Amino acid sequence: MVGFIPVGKGERAMASLITMDDLTNEEIISILDTAEKMLPIARGEVHLPILAGKVLANLFFEPSTRTRMSFEAAMKRLGGSVLNLGDVSTTSVVKGETLFDTMQMMDGYADIAIIRHPRQGAAKYSSDAVDIPVINAGDGAGHHPTQTLLDLFTIRACHGTLEGLKVALVGDLRYGRTVHSLSGALARFGCSLTFISPSSLSMPQEIVQDLRDSGVSIVETDDLVGSIDNLDVIYMTRIQKERFPDEEEYRKVAGVFCLTGKDLANAKKDMIIMHPLPRVNEIAPDVDSTPHAKYFEQAFYGVVARMALLCRLLEVDVQEVIG
Amino acid sequence: MSEQAMRRVTAIQNGTVIDHIPAGSSLSVLGMLGLLDSKSTPISLVMNAPSKKLGRKDVLKVEDRELTQEELDRLAIIASKASVAIIRDFRVAEKRSVELGTELVNVVRCSYSNCITNNPREPLPNRILVHKADPLELRCAYCGKIQDINGLVNHLI
Repeated sequence: MVGFIPVGKGERAMASLITMDDLTNEEIISILDTAEKMLPIARGEVHLPILAGKVLANLFFEPSTRTRMSFEAAMKRLGGSVLNLGDVSTTSVVKGETLFDTMQMMDGYADIAIIRHPRQGAAKYSSDAVDIPVINAGDGAGHHPTQTLLDLFTIRACHGTLEGLKVALVGDLRYGRTVHSLSGALARFGCSLTFISPSSLSMPQEIVQDLRDSGVSIVETDDLVGSIDNLDVIYMTRIQKERFPDEEEYRKVAGVFCLTGKDLANAKKDMIIMHPLPRVNEIAPDVDSTPHAKYFEQAFYGVVARMALLCRLLEVDVQEVIG
Repeated sequence: MSEQAMRRVTAIQNGTVIDHIPAGSSLSVLGMLGLLDSKSTPISLVMNAPSKKLGRKDVLKVEDRELTQEELDRLAIIASKASVAIIRDFRVAEKRSVELGTELVNVVRCSYSNCITNNPREPLPNRILVHKADPLELRCAYCGKIQDINGLVNHLI
């Protein structure tokens, strides 16, 4: 059959977040504004249990530290409860259960599901399988939109704006889902983009094509140090060993970029360095003590960005409570 | 279809004639229609026939089978200018055209091996979206990967 057919359980009352295309610029700004107001809650200074009685299912089919724990922290800080899938090897997945069937269970157990999965498209597939909202916490080498929300929060907190900045995305642009989501969002706010990677790890064709279609200025290069001086943001990423089909291919590019304190001598004073973490050796420890380093601050902002997103998708009116 | 092209193979009594297939694409068309492995349907094939419209074209005659509009619409991705005639008792009973829809459902699998839909046990339909019509660009509805149109026939369901 050619043409649209409804799948899953039909019309959903509440939206999911699978890619950044699911949010308008206005919605992004609204989430960031709400997140900013939630900083005292994330720090434990204010108790605001507005998600009491709500249950979040954390379904991580791949390892995670920050994303899983910050979703849990966000839910619990707002009074909600969390179900964790736990170690996949102790679940029915090892007995051959399909993702569809696993998601059917979640539809009955939780009010919202967070999914990370090694297969690309798994989050969209999950959202088609259930009625509850689904949040993509990383699908293979696809997208990672909640990382983008906290990245945008960090950029705005440091630069006071998202508009018109010069941003370099560095490292594994081929398999890096964080940069896939972030590049499109930055383009929508009028940023100019520099993609810095070995040619074998360049940005996927469909992403570059969409960016060019949107009229954004893109420079592609493999020269990190030569690009630094004009930038407002350097977004470093890890070369992800686990995504390479061939270990020999990984060895050819592992360690190709390593940002050191010395490289930053002529950087703009307010230039910031970000990283979704974990890092391996792409940022030297001597960068940590420079005013440019924002990656640990960035990781903390994951809690407020996800708090604001959870409230939005669970349709809890936070404006009424926090103003 | 011109009389000259029609005469290249014997006229059929009943069935479907697909004309104006881009030269060299008729085997892909048969694949898209699930007819490549057919042992019972008589099929006549004309390849690289002269055409005013296309320069060179292929023509297919499928006997004793009236292809449905749904089947024909699958052809839009490889033979968007194809014209179709339903033949009954040696006469053209109906003329049909193929139409490019917005989505192909359960026709082909996504060509990206790490797409969630490439687990054959997952039950939701395979969905390929028409991202752009001209030039034609198809993407998987789930993983978003651009699909190689020439290779689609290798991923038929």
